Amino acid sequence: MSEAPRRVVVGPFNRVEGDLEITLDIADGRVAAARVNSPLYRGFEKILAGKDPRDALVIAPRICGICSVSQSMAAAYALADAQGLAMPRNGELATNLVLAGENVADHFTHFYLFFMPDFAREAYAGEPWHAAAAERFRAASGGAAREAIPARAALLHLMGLLAGKWPHTLSVQPGGSTRPVLAQERLRLLAQLGEFRRFLERVTFGDDLEVLVGLDSADALAAWADAGPAHGSDLRHFLKIADALQLDALGRAADRFMSYGGYREEGRRLFAPGVWDGVLGPVDTAAIREDVTHSWMHGECALHPSEGDARPDPDKAGAYSWCKAPRLDGRVVEVGALARQAVDGHALIRDLVQRSGGNVRSRVVARLLELARVVLAMQEWARALSPGEPFCVDAPLPDTADGVGLVEAARGSLGHWLSIRDGRVANYQIVAPTTWNFSPRDAAGTPGALEQALVGAPLRHGEDSPLAAQHIVRSFDPCMVCTVH
Amino acid sequence: MSLLCAESPDLLTTLEVGGIRLLWHPALSEASGAEVIGLLERAAAGDLAVDALCVEGALLRGPYGTGRFHMLAGTGRPMIDWVRDIAARSRYTLAIGSCAAFGGVTAGGPNPSDACGLQYDGSHRGGLLGEAYRSAENLPVINVAGCPTHPNWVLEALLALAESGLGRGDLDELARPRMYADQLVHHGCPRNEYYEYKASARGPSQLGCLMEHMGCLGTQAHADCNTRLWNGEGSCVRGGYACINCTAPEFEEPGHPFTVTPTVAGIPVGLPTDMPKAWFVALSSLSKAATPERLKTNATSDHPRIAPKVKSTRYR
Repeated sequence: MSEAPRRVVVGPFNRVEGDLEITLDIADGRVAAARVNSPLYRGFEKILAGKDPRDALVIAPRICGICSVSQSMAAAYALADAQGLAMPRNGELATNLVLAGENVADHFTHFYLFFMPDFAREAYAGEPWHAAAAERFRAASGGAAREAIPARAALLHLMGLLAGKWPHTLSVQPGGSTRPVLAQERLRLLAQLGEFRRFLERVTFGDDLEVLVGLDSADALAAWADAGPAHGSDLRHFLKIADALQLDALGRAADRFMSYGGYREEGRRLFAPGVWDGVLGPVDTAAIREDVTHSWMHGECALHPSEGDARPDPDKAGAYSWCKAPRLDGRVVEVGALARQAVDGHALIRDLVQRSGGNVRSRVVARLLELARVVLAMQEWARALSPGEPFCVDAPLPDTADGVGLVEAARGSLGHWLSIRDGRVANYQIVAPTTWNFSPRDAAGTPGALEQALVGAPLRHGEDSPLAAQHIVRSFDPCMVCTVH
Repeated sequence: MSLLCAESPDLLTTLEVGGIRLLWHPALSEASGAEVIGLLERAAAGDLAVDALCVEGALLRGPYGTGRFHMLAGTGRPMIDWVRDIAARSRYTLAIGSCAAFGGVTAGGPNPSDACGLQYDGSHRGGLLGEAYRSAENLPVINVAGCPTHPNWVLEALLALAESGLGRGDLDELARPRMYADQLVHHGCPRNEYYEYKASARGPSQLGCLMEHMGCLGTQAHADCNTRLWNGEGSCVRGGYACINCTAPEFEEPGHPFTVTPTVAGIPVGLPTDMPKAWFVALSSLSKAATPERLKTNATSDHPRIAPKVKSTRYR
């Protein structure tokens, strides 16, 4: 039996950062096509043009109140690239801790405040798991939010100490950190990290972080989930709901994953860079092009970010988003924690993706796994800080130079491309994680990652717009504000 | 997101004990889509009482005055139209952050989106709602300015409204709550001893005063960042970098690189607030001549190289 196709516009989306509108074509009880619109334009790249290049450290983080430090790091790396600067070991450790602090807080916030509350909705009231989910995860009033918000605020004392404040720090500099750490402060950092780790082990996972990061297959994860009480840990609780709703069959996109590589460690990376689509390859950033066929942006041809154009074209025919459509070698890639862990080769994530691809369940599992891996790394970085040794170096700014800053933010790959001419910013282009994931169609008509992921999402009985779409959208943890800087 | 960092008590507890109920918050509420649009429609029509309308983000008037640069998703209407409608009904209207108050960084450079604040366009009165705008309680827009805002600046403004309201006399000349705006970032600055002796940092991560070379505006900036602290223990100067006066209109265009102090004939431009110039120059040269070796050395180091001498404080 088939029904006439109909079109619904979904928005505004709560519990995503920024503004998002999605147009769904629905036929036969499923999403047949999706168009993603980021309905905001601010023109940060134009604001940066003509400025003293160092001012990027003030302006870029203010693109966003949630990915602020990621923007700072990308700007600092781009400047360092232009200046030929390398951070001293302490500077690298301190800025890694600040970036990791934000990324960890973002993963944690996403799980407790943005993603899980959807399972408390009344639409699920008939489900056997609903009562427990509602009590635990209801937005703003469930037990989890009440515990998670203070735990997050306590974690961010790390930012007060290392970055002055969060968001919008200037402690992150091309040559390191402006905030030297004294012996007593190093000890307090370790205590703060220990406190947050205890929360994760007691509440989020109900197990040691080492056990979590040691899970090496989908079967091992399933066995671990069954080995404890379903509601004794929030991850186990999620896995039960995921099984009941078959979230591993929801939200599959292109299954081509990209990561610039996460956290610098003396010339190496904590998480390896690369592209993975069943086979691992290098990221060739020279092959990035930003298509603007369906964006309200000026231009015809797809340009590399180093020569990108940020002029708006609000009356452009065929356009439906302020977001550009970045493509790697002409192809759609997905970025984020799942991509990072798949590229890095974590055995559990590789197995999950090989079995059922990128989907709502595997994205959430990867984010929580990464939370455990990064907190363990943070403890090592804090231990390695060496009070009394340098935290920052400085160098004059060249009159003419180009620089690239590539970072892995919580939500995925973030790049800043900077050109300096006559000592001023001649061009500044930013490609943000959600620009990759939530891009509109390109010139070939190929939909972006989320647009692909939404196709096939089922409508439950009586739904006007699918709740499944809400899960899929939030499984990417979008930041629309960065998307359309 | 800064708001979530509230502590002692945390955000949800503060709201609860203050008797503040969120009708809708984009990051915290469950409602999405049609539920939200219905709620906003009732608020705009006056069918749902709104005690406090809190607006975050600059108001985007472009392109060509249409507001299309920021449409409220799912409604086909510019955000500025929604804000105008609900502001016409709310008992109090608050701008949360310097973008909503004055335009902020979004209005920087060539102001590509024609951004402004609710009742200011940079330092000029007017903005989206116009100079004459008053909320139902006969107040102008309350500017909880800052980039970012301290969570407690927002929460204390709301607590005050919930308890007994705020009057015009509780706001400063830029309509910022005087509770935090009548103080200077300089108050409680941990680099005060370096400031007294004009022992200055010359590069990032150094311990000295940041005013002479590093662009710090803490002696002029209105906020209580160093007496209240951020994320438990921080502030900009505690983090090792300049105060950039982010609670002020047009802070985004200081006329010089943010982290470099402009000088005229070697003397930093920008006197401390309320300080006569001649006195400042005289005191500076005197204190520079008297700078103890400890401060002179430590000011350009990234950790204290010379500890204060131990001496008896017993009165003899």
